[in-house]
Amino acid sequence: MAYDGNDKVLEEVTGKSYEFGFTTDIESDKAPAGLNEDIIRLISSKKEEPEWLLKWRLDAFAVWQKMKEPDWPHLQYQKPDYQAISYYSAPKQKKQLNSLDEVDPEMRKTMDKLGISMEEQKRLSGVAVDFVMDSVSVATSFKEKLGELGIIFCSMSDAVKEHPELVQKYLGSVVPTKDNFFSALNSAVFTDGSFCYIPKGVRCPMELSTYFRINESGTGQFERTLVVADESSYVSYLEGCTAPQRDENQLHAAVVELVALDESEIKYSTVQNWYPGDAEGKGGVFNFVTKRGICHRRSKISWTQVETGSAVTWKYPSCILKGDHSVGEFYSVAVTNNAQQADTGTKMIHLGKNTHSTIISKGISAGKSHNSYRGLVQVMPSADNARNFSQCDSLLMTDTSGAHTFPYIEVKNPTAKVEHEATTSKIGEDQIFYCLQRGIDEEQAISLIVNGYAKEVLNQLPMEFAVEAQKLLSISLEGSVG
Amino acid sequence: MVNIKELQASIGETPILKGLNLEIKPGEVHAIMGPNGSGKSTLASVLAGREDYEVTGGAVDFEGQDLLEMDATERARSGLFLAFQYPVEIPGVSNINFMRAAVNGKREHDGLEPIKGKDFLNLVKEKASLVELDGRLRNRSVNEGFSGGEKKRNEIFQMAMLEPRFAVLDETDSGLDIDALRIVANGVNAMRSPDRSFLVITHYQRLLDYIVPDFVHVLVDGKIVLSGDKDLALKLEEKGYDWIKEDVIA
Repeated sequence: MAYDGNDKVLEEVTGKSYEFGFTTDIESDKAPAGLNEDIIRLISSKKEEPEWLLKWRLDAFAVWQKMKEPDWPHLQYQKPDYQAISYYSAPKQKKQLNSLDEVDPEMRKTMDKLGISMEEQKRLSGVAVDFVMDSVSVATSFKEKLGELGIIFCSMSDAVKEHPELVQKYLGSVVPTKDNFFSALNSAVFTDGSFCYIPKGVRCPMELSTYFRINESGTGQFERTLVVADESSYVSYLEGCTAPQRDENQLHAAVVELVALDESEIKYSTVQNWYPGDAEGKGGVFNFVTKRGICHRRSKISWTQVETGSAVTWKYPSCILKGDHSVGEFYSVAVTNNAQQADTGTKMIHLGKNTHSTIISKGISAGKSHNSYRGLVQVMPSADNARNFSQCDSLLMTDTSGAHTFPYIEVKNPTAKVEHEATTSKIGEDQIFYCLQRGIDEEQAISLIVNGYAKEVLNQLPMEFAVEAQKLLSISLEGSVG
Repeated sequence: MVNIKELQASIGETPILKGLNLEIKPGEVHAIMGPNGSGKSTLASVLAGREDYEVTGGAVDFEGQDLLEMDATERARSGLFLAFQYPVEIPGVSNINFMRAAVNGKREHDGLEPIKGKDFLNLVKEKASLVELDGRLRNRSVNEGFSGGEKKRNEIFQMAMLEPRFAVLDETDSGLDIDALRIVANGVNAMRSPDRSFLVITHYQRLLDYIVPDFVHVLVDGKIVLSGDKDLALKLEEKGYDWIKEDVIA
C-alpha cells in the first residue's frame, strides 16, 4: 500500500542531518562539571547576585537533593547524570555593546544561519529580540522604545540588578522551588533568562521575542523566564528555539512563570525545534520544562505551542485560574518523528468563580515515535460555574508510531461544566491520493493535510510565527507517511 | 489522445482488468457502462495512477507519453483529471488554497510562474459559475460538510480550474438528484472541446441523456465486450446486461 519510493524518501529524511545542527566556536567561561553548594555560590557570585537570591538558590538545592526524578511520564530515556553536567557557561564578551556591529562575528553568523539576524528582525517585523546564547544575553534591542512606555524587557540577570524588588516579589510565586524535581533544579542553578514587566494599563505595542539557543557542549541550559502583566495590561510574548547537533544528550530544564494581574492578558507562544537526535534518538535534547501562569480577576493567559523538536519532551504549560472570571487557554501542536518521545499537555486549575478554560491539543506521530497528551482539569469547591472544553486529537502518520491520551478531570463543585472530546486518526492515503491527482506533490500534500489538521492551533500564533511554524511542521514530517 | 492496449491490472492477487483495449481521440466523449464488479472504477484508478493497483500487463499511451511510467502527480500535471466517485474531505484546508496549490503545481510543470492572487480569484469566480458553486463552498474546507451533490459539483469546478486534456468521470452521477445532475452535466458540456476528451463511467443511462457520448462501451469481467453509439446505452437500460453475457460472450 505504500506510495512509490516511500521507503526511499523515509530513509533519506531520517538520514538527513538536522538543518540547524551547527555549533559556534566562541570562547567560553565554563564551570567544572558537577553540582554542589560551591558551584551554586560560583554561579551567584559570577552574576553578582544579592544575598537573598543566593539563599533562595541554596534552599532550592537542599529541596532538590531530597527529590526524585519523576517516573510517571510515558517516556523512556536514560536519566541524566546530574554530576556530569557543567552548570555555568558564559560567552566571553568583554565590553558593552552599543550596536549590532559590535557583536561577535561568530555569533552574528549563528544568528544569520538561524534566519533571525537582528537586522532582519528589526527591518521586517519590529520584534524586539532578546537573544540568549548559552545562558547570557548578548544582544537586546528596542529596549528604549519599550522603556518609554515603562515596559521592562531584559535578561533575568539585568532584572536582578536593576529591578530587584519586582524579581524578589514574583520569582517563584507561580512555580515554587519545591514544585517538582526539575523546577527545584532550575531554581538552584538557573543562569539567565528573560524578564518582562508591563505596567498598569499599558498595551505592549510589539510582540516580545526571545530566541534560545543551547551552544556549549555538555552545558545544561537552565533558563528562567518571568512575565508580569500589571493590571489591565496586555503582552504577547514569543519564544522560539533551535539547537546545534550533539553526541551526548543535552538537558534543558527551564521554568517559565506568568503573572496576569487583574484584567490583564498574556499571550505566550512557543515554537520549539530543538535537536531531536538522530534516527535512533541519540544525541537529542531532553526538554523538561515547567511553565505555569496565574490569572487574577478577569485576566487571561493563553499558551500556544508548536513542539517539533527534542528527543524527550516533558512539558505542561498550566494556568491557575485564581481570580473570578479569569480565562485560561492552551493550544498545542506536538509533532514527534523517528524515536522522539513527547509527554505534554496542560493543567487548568479552577479556583475562582465563573472561570473558563479551553484546551485544544493536536498530536502528530510519525516514525516509531510516541506522543502523549496528559492533561488535568481541576475544579475546586470555590469555583462556581467553572467551564472547561477540551479537545485532544491525534494523527498517526505510520503504523509504528503511537498516540496516547491521559486526561484527568477532578471536579469538586457541582455547578461545573466540563467537556472532553478526543479523536485518533491515521493520515488518509485517500487524502494524499486526492491531492496527487490534482497535481500536488506528496511532500506538499502532507504539508497541506497536516497544516489543515493543526489549523485551529496555528491560527492562534502571531502571523510571522505562524508562517515559521507551518514550515517547521512540513520539514519535521517530510516523507514520513507509511 | 489516449490509447489503451491490452491493459491488465490486479489488486493483491486478484486480476481485475484482463486485457482492455480502448482508443480515445481528441474531442471524443466515451462512456463506459457495465455491471457491478466489472472493473469500471479500477480502470479509472489505474489511469490516474493509484498505487493500490498493480499493472500486470499492457500499455497506455497518453499524447505520445507512456502513461504507466508516470507517477500520479505527473499524470495530473500533464493534463489527466479524475472526478472521484467519492470525493475526499480534507479538514482545515480551504477549497481555495487547495486549488491554488493544484493550479500552481500544473503551472510549475508548464514552466510558468505561480499565478497572481488577483488572476487566481478571477479564475475561481469564472469557473465556479459554471457549476453554480457559491462563495461559501469555495472558502470551506475541501469537501468537508458538503452534501453529495455539492461534492460532485466541486469535482467539476476543480476540473474546470485545471482545464485537463483528458478527464475521467467516475460515476459522477451517483448520489445526484435531477437538478444537481443537470448542473454537473452542464458544467461538463461547457468544457467539451475539439482538443479535450472525456471518459464517462456510469451505471445508468440517465447521465448520458445530459452528456451525450460519441461511443458507449460495455465492460464485463475486465474487458470491453461490446461497443456502439449512444443507442447502446438505451438498449442496456432497457434489457440490462444479461443478454450481453449470453449473446456476446457465449
